[in-house]
Amino acid sequence: MDAALVTSSIEDIEIQLLLEALYQHYHYDFRQYARASIKRRLLQARSQLGYASISEIQAAVLRDATLLPRLLDFLTVQVSEMFRDPSYFRALREKVIPHLHTYPSLKVWVAGCSNGEELYSLSILFHEEGLARKTLFYATDINPTALKAAQAGVYSLDQIRLFTENHQRSGGRSSLSDYYTADYGRAVFDRSLSSQVVFSDHSLVTDAAFGEMHLISCRNVLIYFDRELQDRAVGLFRDSLARRGFLGLGSKESLRFSAHADAFDEFEREEKIYQRTAS
Amino acid sequence: MRAIVIGASAGGVQALLSILTALPPQFSCPILIVLHVPQRNDNPLVSLLRARCLLDVKEAEDKEPLGQGTIYFAPPGYHLLIEKNMTIALSSDEPVNFSRPAIDVLFETAADALSDAVTGIILTGANHDGAQGLRAIGAAGGTAIVQDPSTAEMPAMPLAALEACPLAQSLSIDEIIEFLRKEAA
Repeated sequence: MDAALVTSSIEDIEIQLLLEALYQHYHYDFRQYARASIKRRLLQARSQLGYASISEIQAAVLRDATLLPRLLDFLTVQVSEMFRDPSYFRALREKVIPHLHTYPSLKVWVAGCSNGEELYSLSILFHEEGLARKTLFYATDINPTALKAAQAGVYSLDQIRLFTENHQRSGGRSSLSDYYTADYGRAVFDRSLSSQVVFSDHSLVTDAAFGEMHLISCRNVLIYFDRELQDRAVGLFRDSLARRGFLGLGSKESLRFSAHADAFDEFEREEKIYQRTAS
Repeated sequence: MRAIVIGASAGGVQALLSILTALPPQFSCPILIVLHVPQRNDNPLVSLLRARCLLDVKEAEDKEPLGQGTIYFAPPGYHLLIEKNMTIALSSDEPVNFSRPAIDVLFETAADALSDAVTGIILTGANHDGAQGLRAIGAAGGTAIVQDPSTAEMPAMPLAALEACPLAQSLSIDEIIEFLRKEAA
């Protein structure tokens, strides 16, 4: 038992040092990510990449930048689905979209877009609701591999059944199959969905706000941050939103304890949709 | 702080009802539970138990500090983890053993955060989730318990856990209740 205790505390030190090294050398800052989940994923990386210890990963990645993307794939989470939590998209459709119709042009930011499932869901929603032509989307992530995947918009056909079911439950007015072509076991989503999307490398941890968004959707990203980092990200959203702009969070995230809670009103409490106050 | 972690799958609702409604109001440990349920549904047990339990029952919230005598359920679609600072973390990482929440994730992080101050209990189920997690708890010096497979509605999960963690005690539901009452008396 003592050996196990000692081993685990050495691992914690190694993880701390690896995260520090990634920050100092590559400016990727995972130091304030929720630690239990990072640890699980780094231990996975250790065994799958074939290293004996976290320290060995550190030594390798400091000298070999080609290892970085592979490590980022472990450190960032890429699992999502289209129209995940259909009731969220239904609330956007029924409650938020009527407000968005009143603007001459719209800017929407999908923060932490990963492989793009959320982006394409929103783009389809905006097409269905007649807002697509006046909307510019910004899709950002820290993982360049994920951004490329988001740009490509290609998903496994195995997932399409779930995506289709989610889309229907979100109140979809069209058939999801209108938006992709099947090709060798893959669903390739239509170019028209990403023609008005700016894909960009952006970190909620280290980068600045960008402006005058009408809707920011950032779901299941904040749960990976510690409280201080959550506050930074929410502050960024506050500064990036137009007055009365909307912020959508994941179903288990909230602004309840945020230092910036006062800057937002609860708009759809159950669906974690907030509205920037007017002042 | 000591904590109890419980994993249950097929047949788990009945087993959990029996155990949790038998715990006295002065029960002092937090109890964290992963019950496999279809992802879309709200966990029906939370409201059911809230009415029938003497302890606080709730769905776990991200960053929430562990409270004495509170029963936390993993929300459907999220992993439930314990951080070293005795707070709860949720994650939407990929499923483990085809499950999210996964019992292994809760148990492994519990072992890491609490070492010997945790008791892990694997109840009825038709898969092998929780086996590696129970082994981690045993290896960290914690207490490992499985529902006696001969008394489980679905013996596969307790059997897999016993195989991975041979030193685990094999107890009936009544014996588990007895154990917990003594544990947090």
